[in-house]
Amino acid sequence: MGTRNPVTWLGSPTFPKAAREALADTQLRQNLRKATGTIRGRRAAAVAEMTDWENLRLAGEAIKNDVLSRLDTLLVQLEEAVTARGGVVHWARDAAEANEIVLRLAREAGTDEVVKVKSMATAEIGLNEALEAGGVKAIETDLAELIVQLGDDRPSHILVPAIHRNRSEIRDIFQRRMGISVSDEPAELAEAARRYLRQKFLTTRVAVSGANFAVADTGSIVVLESEGNGRMCLTLPETLITVMGIEKLVPTWQDLEVFLQLLPRSSTAERMNPYTSVWTGVTPGDGPSSFHLILLDNGRTATLADSVGRQALRCIRCSACLNVCPVYERTGGKSYGSVYPGPIGAILTPQLVGDMHDPLSASLPYASSLCGACFEVCPVRIDIPQVLTHLRAEAVEAKGRTAESIAMAAAAWVFASASRYERAQKLGSLARFIARDGRITSLPWPGSKWTSSRDVPAPPAESFRSWWRKNRGS
Amino acid sequence: MARDEILRRIRAARVPAAAPAIRNYNRTGPGGVELFAERVADYRAIVHVVTDVPAKLRELLPGKRIVAPDVPSSWLIDGVEWLRDPLTIDELDGADGVLTGCAVAIADTGTIVLDGGEAQGRRALTLLPDYHVCVVRADQVAASVPEALARLEPTRPLTFISGPSATSDIELNRVEGVHGPRTLEVLIVT
Repeated sequence: MGTRNPVTWLGSPTFPKAAREALADTQLRQNLRKATGTIRGRRAAAVAEMTDWENLRLAGEAIKNDVLSRLDTLLVQLEEAVTARGGVVHWARDAAEANEIVLRLAREAGTDEVVKVKSMATAEIGLNEALEAGGVKAIETDLAELIVQLGDDRPSHILVPAIHRNRSEIRDIFQRRMGISVSDEPAELAEAARRYLRQKFLTTRVAVSGANFAVADTGSIVVLESEGNGRMCLTLPETLITVMGIEKLVPTWQDLEVFLQLLPRSSTAERMNPYTSVWTGVTPGDGPSSFHLILLDNGRTATLADSVGRQALRCIRCSACLNVCPVYERTGGKSYGSVYPGPIGAILTPQLVGDMHDPLSASLPYASSLCGACFEVCPVRIDIPQVLTHLRAEAVEAKGRTAESIAMAAAAWVFASASRYERAQKLGSLARFIARDGRITSLPWPGSKWTSSRDVPAPPAESFRSWWRKNRGS
Repeated sequence: MARDEILRRIRAARVPAAAPAIRNYNRTGPGGVELFAERVADYRAIVHVVTDVPAKLRELLPGKRIVAPDVPSSWLIDGVEWLRDPLTIDELDGADGVLTGCAVAIADTGTIVLDGGEAQGRRALTLLPDYHVCVVRADQVAASVPEALARLEPTRPLTFISGPSATSDIELNRVEGVHGPRTLEVLIVT
């Protein structure tokens, strides 16, 4: 293999570089502040209604840990159940393999067009681009995905990929690409999307979806959505192709009772999302006559092998951690250079890439102030700060001998002797001459590496040790 | 080959066995028709609590072209053009509405669940018409999500419906009415 994992976008800068540009975009910051502020308040209210929320979180965590501990058995069980009900199961080690399977199935169905339900797995593997290269057009039908696709844009949020766009920007994209005249009223924009996609739903013969959950013992696949575009894609076409990460399992039907409560409230802050579809293989006379399930690895088994990092595989893609993250709210999702932005992206993306020599991957674990808000809202209790610090250690190790590690070694030598330490302090206090208002905003190299994203307080003229000797010393 | 390699990698990860989940969350709740009605209405569905279904339908449906799966014959009132399967996609798209029963409802979340069983029909019937009238019997209302799932057969094609089609994609606020039926009217029979 050796091909790059498309989970990060080719040519993306490291997080600090991308973030610096994003921070200068005041429109973006306004849009994000408004949207994340709205959803934070609504989520808090939806969760406050539940007196057993913490028990549900603990159960969600435990069920997912159980899945990860016997993933091989459960996947084989799922495969058997889906096959027994008339579905076909495929396995894909990486993005390229999964894309090839979808393209082959689309060709076999004799179509050059597929409709898509919003899916993180297919975004992660760059399916739309791969299909296009193979002569098959993928039409996104989720409203936010459609806004991104029509705007030739990139997604910036797990749940609402067009969160960086406000209503008037969406109106402009729709007017330009649909050739219509429409106001910026959200209801009118939704109506425009309905009209634009209606014929596609009624005539397209192949649909591609992801999966929120798959029930191992029954073979049932579950998709949660809001608009009804999912129902259209899952019900009307002749062929349905579902791409799901191998970690999306729950062992039994009963386990869904936990996740159908955790996910909607964490995600859209609703007691229940408008539509949830459940199907098992093929049902004669109702829905697609041909069903294919693609089980995707693409870095997940490598993540599973890391005893600290594997908890990221519990993620149910609710995006609550994005909405509460002070870093995400200011830099936006595109700075993370991946379809998985925000706190969960900062721990998931580098692990799926699996190469800490990759500069973007190595920068992502630092895209956090470690405030811990993400862990508090996570419905499956992923300790994101713990994984972040674990991955930071891996990033440092991967760098080997660097200016920083040499400086640290030198610092250790200085700290080891009292006289060396005092001499260094005297020397350091000279730095106050380049400070303004008690702060240093730019140091010469190599200190510039530190001050590029932070200020340093000016050192005092005299160290505490020397002051003590003068005033209290005997 | 891909299958064997993925399974081999999973086994090589040697994940230790996990403690069993403790299910000490609420299995049930206050439940009841009143709570169900309130929660359905919260999501801008229109709710009627009725004792006489045909009488209510006579207020709602006359003059319309309504899709009807195998609903009780007493619901097939006069003055309505009833559309019965087999129907093409275009015929469904051209209908004014659809009338169904349901399999289960959930009071806590204001959800109705269809399973393709009696009085519900295949999934496309409740998807393409822009107006859905759903009749829910009081005994079909489960209190909570866990109670509802226990009553359902997972291998049937299931659709959970909570209010009319909606989206949160514009500035993360809910707007009703995208691809699915834009009007949902729920008749609760007591």
